[in-house]
Amino acid sequence: MNFDLAAIRRQFPVLRPGLHYLDSAASSQIPAPVIAAMDNFQRGGRANIARGVHRLAERATEAYEGARSRVARALNVAADEIVFTAGCTAALNIAAQGLGSRWGEGDEIVISELDHHSNIVPWQILAVRSGVRLRWLPVTQEGRLDLDALPGLLSPRTRLIAVTHGSNVTAAISDVPRLAAAARSAGALLLLDGAQVAAHGLPDLAALGCDLYAFSAHKLHGPTGIGVLWARRAVLESMAPAFGGGGTIARVAKSGTIFADPPARFEAGTPPYVEAVGLGAAIDWRATIDRNAADAHLARLTQRLVDGLDAIDRQRRAIRVLGPTGPRLPLVSFAVRGAHTHDICQMVDASHGVALRGGHHCAQPLADALGVEGSTRISLALHSGDDDVDAALAAIDQALGRLLR
Amino acid sequence: MSDDLYPEAILRLAQSARGAGRLDPPGLSATTDSPICGDRATVEVRAEGGKVRALAHAVRGCVLCRAAAAALAEVAEGTATAEIAALPGRIAAMLKGESQAPSGRFAAFAVFAPVGPHRSRHGCVLLPLRAAAQALDKA
Ligand SMILES: Cc1ncc(COP(=O)(O)O)c(C=O)c1O
Repeated sequence: MNFDLAAIRRQFPVLRPGLHYLDSAASSQIPAPVIAAMDNFQRGGRANIARGVHRLAERATEAYEGARSRVARALNVAADEIVFTAGCTAALNIAAQGLGSRWGEGDEIVISELDHHSNIVPWQILAVRSGVRLRWLPVTQEGRLDLDALPGLLSPRTRLIAVTHGSNVTAAISDVPRLAAAARSAGALLLLDGAQVAAHGLPDLAALGCDLYAFSAHKLHGPTGIGVLWARRAVLESMAPAFGGGGTIARVAKSGTIFADPPARFEAGTPPYVEAVGLGAAIDWRATIDRNAADAHLARLTQRLVDGLDAIDRQRRAIRVLGPTGPRLPLVSFAVRGAHTHDICQMVDASHGVALRGGHHCAQPLADALGVEGSTRISLALHSGDDDVDAALAAIDQALGRLLR
Repeated sequence: MSDDLYPEAILRLAQSARGAGRLDPPGLSATTDSPICGDRATVEVRAEGGKVRALAHAVRGCVLCRAAAAALAEVAEGTATAEIAALPGRIAAMLKGESQAPSGRFAAFAVFAPVGPHRSRHGCVLLPLRAAAQALDKA
């Protein structure tokens, strides 16, 4: 296997001359083989799963469960620990409600300033409903979890540490061994929001050291509408279902319901079975690309972006690149004193066809902690190249020329 | 591709920062927030006899938002409060293409016509106008 950028690009129907799609951290693009896998299934194999005995239904069930096995294999865990959800946010809500049903006054959960609202608000909802207390792990000015502050937040009452595996704004990758050791010493569970890390290759969850993990397919070149919640078998068994309904039950009587074992317990209603096939195909597709070569390619482009922004700043003296130096996710966010991120995004699109994202990136506590009103984010994917980086830097420089005067 | 969302007129209007500041003595005030970008506009007005006598604003926002606040400050003094209260609806209709760009007293807002095709940015223009209408609503 090697890394052939032109061949990769040809697989993305949306990519056309004049478009520099640098917003993959929000939603990645989908390659033709993944579209084809879903299309073929829709044309030839669509039927509701797990309910019918006719052959089409049986084959659809096999495809759905096959996708579960494919995901499990990629994560190096057991298939019955994989819960298909509507996405990362849904997975985090299912975890919050499922775990939270056992907790109340006197219990504590550690969440962080670095996190996406999707890994904050579900815990806030739980806190209001159940009386669980939230403890906030601060972020360093470099944009990392401040793990030196973690011991001071832990106590015998800590039930869970729920933080990001990698930041969608600062690109910082969390020190999981340290988090896992802290959680273990407190007798707490560790949940990681893997939305951004999983986008660049699924982690080996048997080795990682967390107890729960969540991510979305649409960020890893798969379809929308599906995500994954993984948790250790014993953790899943201890959780109550967030949603009730078809699929979740072992037996329903007027006197009450006995719930099914995981993962079915957490998959209420008809699941996104077409999308599950797409997620499996996305993982297969990704496996055709050399992981090390891809990582090296993206790390080089990321460094070019950071260096390029530094060079622009030597003239303009207004740019603050967010996030740590050293290993980071392939995305770069920056704030500009005196220029609003949405003006920058609009101008770079209009002038150079550069698609960037601006705003608080669903991380307002982070923006507050870093003292910025918002930032502009350039995020890379497998199809990104030097031409995209060049276009982005030229477009940003031009926009700042107009906005900073 | 053209960069037509930011004609010189809008950039200049934003830069003018006309009306930025506070009223002394203070008037009625209201603040509006944009959930998309966290932008915030506070508008303060003093009205008398059905007319706006003074208006000031504090905007933390993009060029469009700041330009709209400046345009508002340009037209506010001496304008009927009912007309200022109706301004968000009127400019929203223009942006949606449901009505012509205003002429006469509100002609300054015609510069925002190029924002029309960019739905996600309509709220930027309307943010300070809504704050002004809400402030007058407190009378
Ligand atoms: C770090 C992080 N967590 C969670 C999410 C939520 O993912 P989704 O919107 O797919 O549920 C995102 C997506 O923006 C993210 O970047």
